[in-house]
Amino acid sequence: MNLRRDVFQALADPTRRAILLLVASQSMTAGAIASNFDTARPTVSKHLQILTECELLEQKQNGREIHYHINAKKMKEVADFIEPFRKMWDDRFNKLETIMKEYKSKK
Amino acid sequence: MEQKTKINAEEGKQELVITREFDLPVELLFKAHADPDIIEQWMSNPYATAKVLKFEGKKHGSYQLESTDAQGKVVFRSNGVIHEFSLNKRITRTFELENAPFGVQLEVYEFEPLTNGTSKLNMHVIYESVAQRDQVLKLPFAQGINLAHNRIQEILNTSKK
Repeated sequence: MNLRRDVFQALADPTRRAILLLVASQSMTAGAIASNFDTARPTVSKHLQILTECELLEQKQNGREIHYHINAKKMKEVADFIEPFRKMWDDRFNKLETIMKEYKSKK
Repeated sequence: MEQKTKINAEEGKQELVITREFDLPVELLFKAHADPDIIEQWMSNPYATAKVLKFEGKKHGSYQLESTDAQGKVVFRSNGVIHEFSLNKRITRTFELENAPFGVQLEVYEFEPLTNGTSKLNMHVIYESVAQRDQVLKLPFAQGINLAHNRIQEILNTSKK
């Protein structure tokens, strides 16, 4: 399981911020993004995966190619500081779910 | 991976909607909001212990919650009145943080069965103003910064000794 899905953690990395800036100007394929960095291709892929997982980037099929787009809605959410609020409820609800699953199995 | 808890807070509106799907039958999801012992469990976190001081799960009922830190100090109290309490369907209540400038919010919890074993919670929260909603949204962010500061202070205090 990959636990690095926290948006702020995703944004903490300078390469990932550079990727977001790049993709913000136009949607691009993974190859085109990677060609802008000295970093190894698999490393860039990993960054793209993390950014997609936390919904900062979106993938769209364009013929045979997959283009990465900025998810403007998500970026705005982060800018509005909503994420910690969402996380607070997410943590609570995760706990609720665990407690009630145990409750169910005890009965 | 899709996020389980979603917040829809449109700009310039004094409301927000929180939605979450649970891997639980709707009866258990509702029970988690209707049983004070269970509420205390899921509202608590490593930094704060939640306590239900009063809970009347019925129309015209009211409730009061308290949150204490690791030293047992009261961090905040909240209370509200219940307008609707329909088993496995809906809870409508007000919520107010005591001694805080955030006003009173109206909360409508809708419990929706999806399958026999899964359900969905829709929480519609209405604030007194757009400014108040935005202040409440930023609260956990501010608290996170405070917690980090407190932690640094704790470490500094210990290292001084």
